[in-house]
Amino acid sequence: MKMSYREAIRQAMHEALAADPRVFLMGEDVGKYGGTYACSKGFLEEFGPERIRDTPLSELGFVGAGIGAALGGLRPIVEVMTVNFSLLALDQIVNTAAALRHMSGGQFSVPLVLRMATGAGRQLAAQHSHSLENWYAHIPGIKVLAPATIADARGMLAPALADPDPVVIFEHAQLYNLEEELPEDFHCGIASAAVRREGSAVTLITYGGSLPKTLAAAEELAGGGIDAEVIDLRVLRPLDAATLCASVKKTRRAVVIDEGWRSGSLAAEVMARIVEEAFFDLDAPLRRVCSEEVPIPYAKHMEEAALPQTSRIVAAVRELLGT
Amino acid sequence: MIQPPPSGPVPWEQDFARKLLFDMLRIRRMEEKCAELYGEQKIRGFLHLYIGEEACAVGSLHALVPDDNIVATYREHGHALVRGVSMNAIMAEMFGKRDGCSRGRGGSMHLFDAATRFYGGNAIVGGGLPLAAGFALADKLQNKQRVTACFFGEGAIAEGAFHEAMNLAALWQLPVLFCCENNLYAMGTALARSQAQTDLCAKASAYGMPTMAADGMDVVAVHEATKLAVRHVRDGLGPFFLECRTYRFRAHSMFDPELYRDKAEVEQWKQRGPLHTFSARLKAEGKLTEDAFLDLDAKANAEVQAAVAFAEAAPWESIEDLLKDVHTPGATS
Repeated sequence: MKMSYREAIRQAMHEALAADPRVFLMGEDVGKYGGTYACSKGFLEEFGPERIRDTPLSELGFVGAGIGAALGGLRPIVEVMTVNFSLLALDQIVNTAAALRHMSGGQFSVPLVLRMATGAGRQLAAQHSHSLENWYAHIPGIKVLAPATIADARGMLAPALADPDPVVIFEHAQLYNLEEELPEDFHCGIASAAVRREGSAVTLITYGGSLPKTLAAAEELAGGGIDAEVIDLRVLRPLDAATLCASVKKTRRAVVIDEGWRSGSLAAEVMARIVEEAFFDLDAPLRRVCSEEVPIPYAKHMEEAALPQTSRIVAAVRELLGT
Repeated sequence: MIQPPPSGPVPWEQDFARKLLFDMLRIRRMEEKCAELYGEQKIRGFLHLYIGEEACAVGSLHALVPDDNIVATYREHGHALVRGVSMNAIMAEMFGKRDGCSRGRGGSMHLFDAATRFYGGNAIVGGGLPLAAGFALADKLQNKQRVTACFFGEGAIAEGAFHEAMNLAALWQLPVLFCCENNLYAMGTALARSQAQTDLCAKASAYGMPTMAADGMDVVAVHEATKLAVRHVRDGLGPFFLECRTYRFRAHSMFDPELYRDKAEVEQWKQRGPLHTFSARLKAEGKLTEDAFLDLDAKANAEVQAAVAFAEAAPWESIEDLLKDVHTPGATS
């Protein structure tokens, strides 16, 4: 069955709400409006205002309340409109949700699921377009997911809700309209990376909104006789270094594609892991394609130039291979 | 603003009155010892003493029941103790020992105890308020009659978290008792130097919830006011803001040279100290003798001594456990 990413997210939440009375959804415009990205359309009518809870524009307040509700026995799904707005709630996420279990000597788990849109590509400029996944991936105590396929959009929420600890899910805003076949079995874990395309010449490592671009690059490269393997990180914390390194040991070359800015990026962490664990298997220096280090601009051509694009990925691979 | 109950004779049975006096003594003696131990470097990190403010925790917590939730701040030794966390576990935590109430990972600022529903121990000013709203939301959605009592200082009122949490609690009619311990100084910054509106109840009223200001130096006033407030919250009438006007006799933390306030001001407030004023009242009303007071004091001191011995003897957590409990064991993924 063909399905959009948006619909996959919606169905995943619908299933969770229908199956477990402890689950509720809270966030800005999740109710009457139907969700900023229409992921909760119709929920208010079906599940009522107690469980589909429109919040005031108080990210710090309602994310903190989500943590409290999780501690109080519920399984909240808290939606933050974009990662840029989540900075207003960063204190609660980092200082409380992530720290509480360890800081209390293991007494309290925080089974919170935090969903937010991320990424650029819609000309929304410098306060609605950033990719700050790596900030979250830096924090011990939380798990960070980036579903990049319809199957993961549909399948990742259930294990995230079943997890006793805080899980942050990043949905790239460019993916909501993506349509793909939903496999019959979309059930999945949230511990490992996935090989999205097998290949032998080079490993392309990416996640989230850059996956379609990377797969397109791999197709283009295949046309030129370069057989690229594509790995989707899926889980940004904890990183599945084993899958990455196994691939790199096979292909002996890697390019990391990350919509985050290069300095201090997730790409940097991935490269460091490869260097630590597979340095002697490499035949060439590692490379990466990241966003240019500017606040994402509004004008279309400028925004496009700032982001990793298929052409840049192809060029990076060709340069690496000297072809 | 709802007027606090009028003061008069202590409206309590002798046993209850002595119990509250004893709890204030326990906090005082424990913290005096902590200050000493800090000097000996047995306790490290930040140590924020509650000395002078004991009537607030004792008066309010005795108006709650064991099933209620407590969210507190980094000046929470007294709250933890009155709530029922053992002095041994608190002291061991201050020492950083494994048998501390947070296994030595939290220290003075992060006392936690699941058994007494004591949720810390929050050292981000205002950080506990949204959490308290969330607890109350969970209770409301699960039809529980529980009250979540959230303690914070007047400094927190300048934080956005205060305003967001007050709005959420009032908007959703959540069962939260917001208990503001106004000791007049946010670290070294006086209320009037940091907030345009110094009438804290006026700020809370703006969110459409009832408020009351009580004399935080008077355990009777605090307790009677809290009883009214708790009844309101437990009856499902929504949140309540209770201000306890109090004063911290000691420095903000052990590093504070107290350049921001006059010694005369401190001395003046000490005249109103919650321990000696309450014991004097009880004596005047024939509910306490000097001998009985000395007995209680000796008991408190003995408890402190035992707690220090317990903390001294407690083992350190093994470094092998450093990474334990970053995540919950047996997580599904």
